[in-house]
Amino acid sequence: MNLVAWIYFPARLAWRQLIFDRTKLIAATCGVLFACVLVFMQQGFRDALYASAASAPVKLHGDLFLMHKQSEAMWRPVRFKRSELMRALGNPAVAEVYPLYLGLAPFKNIETRGKRTLMVYGFDPDSLIFDIEDIKNKRTALRLKDTVLFDEYSRPEFGPMRQLLEAGRNVTEVNDYKITVVGFFRLGVSFAADGNIATSDLNFMRIFPDRTLTDIDLGIIKLYPDSSITQVQAELSSQLNEFVNIFTYDELLQNEKNYWANMAPIGFIFGFGTVMGLVVGLVIVYQILFTDITNHRHEFATLKAMGYEHGYFIRVVFASAFFLAILGFIPGYFFSLGLYHLAESKIFMPMPMTFGKAMTVFLFILSMCMTAGFLAIHKLKAANPADMF
Amino acid sequence: MSRIIDVHDLNFSFGSGALSQPVLKNVTVSIQKGEIVLMTGPSGSGKTTFLTIIGGLRQAYHGSVRVLDQQLINSSEQVKVSVRQQIGYIFQQHNLLKSLTALQNVSMALEMQNRMTEQQRLDRAAEMLKAVGLGERLNYKPDQLSAGQCQRVSIARALVGQPQIVLADEPTASLDKQSGHEAVTILERLAKESQTTILLVTHDYRILDMADRIVELEDGVIKEK
Ligand SMILES: Nc1ncnc2c1ncn2[C@@H]1O[C@H](COP(=O)(O)OP(=O)(O)O)[C@@H](O)[C@H]1O
Ligand SMILES: [Mg+2]
Repeated sequence: MNLVAWIYFPARLAWRQLIFDRTKLIAATCGVLFACVLVFMQQGFRDALYASAASAPVKLHGDLFLMHKQSEAMWRPVRFKRSELMRALGNPAVAEVYPLYLGLAPFKNIETRGKRTLMVYGFDPDSLIFDIEDIKNKRTALRLKDTVLFDEYSRPEFGPMRQLLEAGRNVTEVNDYKITVVGFFRLGVSFAADGNIATSDLNFMRIFPDRTLTDIDLGIIKLYPDSSITQVQAELSSQLNEFVNIFTYDELLQNEKNYWANMAPIGFIFGFGTVMGLVVGLVIVYQILFTDITNHRHEFATLKAMGYEHGYFIRVVFASAFFLAILGFIPGYFFSLGLYHLAESKIFMPMPMTFGKAMTVFLFILSMCMTAGFLAIHKLKAANPADMF
Repeated sequence: MSRIIDVHDLNFSFGSGALSQPVLKNVTVSIQKGEIVLMTGPSGSGKTTFLTIIGGLRQAYHGSVRVLDQQLINSSEQVKVSVRQQIGYIFQQHNLLKSLTALQNVSMALEMQNRMTEQQRLDRAAEMLKAVGLGERLNYKPDQLSAGQCQRVSIARALVGQPQIVLADEPTASLDKQSGHEAVTILERLAKESQTTILLVTHDYRILDMADRIVELEDGVIKEK
């Protein structure tokens, strides 16, 4: 028998049996759809978390990055001495080094006067360590005393800053220190901070009076063109104190992602959520296929009596599982797409529906249905042709 | 004439050991090609068991059962499947697939014949349904047909593959007199046309006259009449 007939005929029978009972088909589809949406949301939140966790380093402009070994992630750094960063200048390939100061501080909403924590980035305005045009363009304004740039992608709870600024209301408090918002940039929120402001290193010290310029959170190293990043990285790691990590740009990104994936329980929670969604879906699909086989066992036994082989019915079951996966996934995809848009507009998390994500979820759902099919085929033994007469 | 079914000293019991209950005892029967044999006998005498063994649906271990030149005693699954494919069954209940139309049900019997195209299958199935008087009902599903019509569809399904043997177990038992008689008459006519061998179990004395031969099974023992 040729391959097309081998799968086509059982698939056709599975399809005809599926669409015969519309009510049951709708119930079954809803089960898969439910699992699908659950998995999509878990994956979406998880990816949003990673994306936003890495949103700050993504925009950093440097070749190598110094971080304290005990710094788990950028939002909770362990400080180290600026002199350690300066020692990197001893390497002939190093062109410039810049410190970055990070601190979480309450920001007062100008309208409501409510306070909410955001991330403050302090750096030399002339250093150009951020690859963000708006920051580069505003560097003269940033050099003034008590000026900050506000991240437009911050959560709305900080107030409608653009309108306020246009209305001339641009003075507020960060860490109970009066500052002036002189412009905007775009970075994005993360799970660690609901918003961001950028300011000069000197202003940073004014906002955080207990901080000093000599204790830095992150060191950014720029090399002369044509020098090998990995070679300099190796050289520096033997030259510098061993309590600092020297990351390349990609390693820094990876370090941030790993933190959220492994160190923080959040990565585990979303992984767990995904597994639970799949388990619930598995149980539903198994239940559907199992009762389906039970209901059709006389029909299957009749076909067996006519000379159909056991493998044919296994293919019928797997084809049903496949159809359920497709039928549940398609509406599940569009439903999740809607929820992604909703999440983006309501909670300002970046939730893009990428082809890769859709593919991943589809493969999850497909394997879920196939596993359910695999578990259900043992019930086919109940279809005994000897009981047909 | 060749012996298409040849049974010698067939013994069969349900259960094992002390609970073993002999159902068929030294059954010896042979049926020639084209013969119509009716089997009667009281309920519980082993008629159904006998048919399921002949049809390759139940495994027997003692004696000799040759069907279409294949030995079914201690046979492999492959042998049984190949015998099943060459036999048409008519069950007491019509056993049609609920989700399929009459036409689809009948052409299911042809799906295993991979030399045919799908169109040929459908044409043959439609022809067969016309022959049983259901040419107007091709696209009806079982729950839109009467019990008699369903049984005629199942007769069409049993005959469409042009099997050498048709086995029928009380095919009229679930029908009223009128439609039961109709169904059996159609079966007889079509079988005669194509020289098909028929082994039919029945209690219906009004159809005994269609038989070339009648055998009676009583308590697992065959009595020829
Ligand atoms: N699956 C089975 N398991 C055990 N005993 C059975 C089974 N099927 C039938 N029997 C017994 O075998 C005997 C013959 O049954 P059967 O072949 O159905 O008789 P008939 O068709 O002549 O009424 C009966 O006593 C019945 O109880
Ligand atoms: Mg019986």
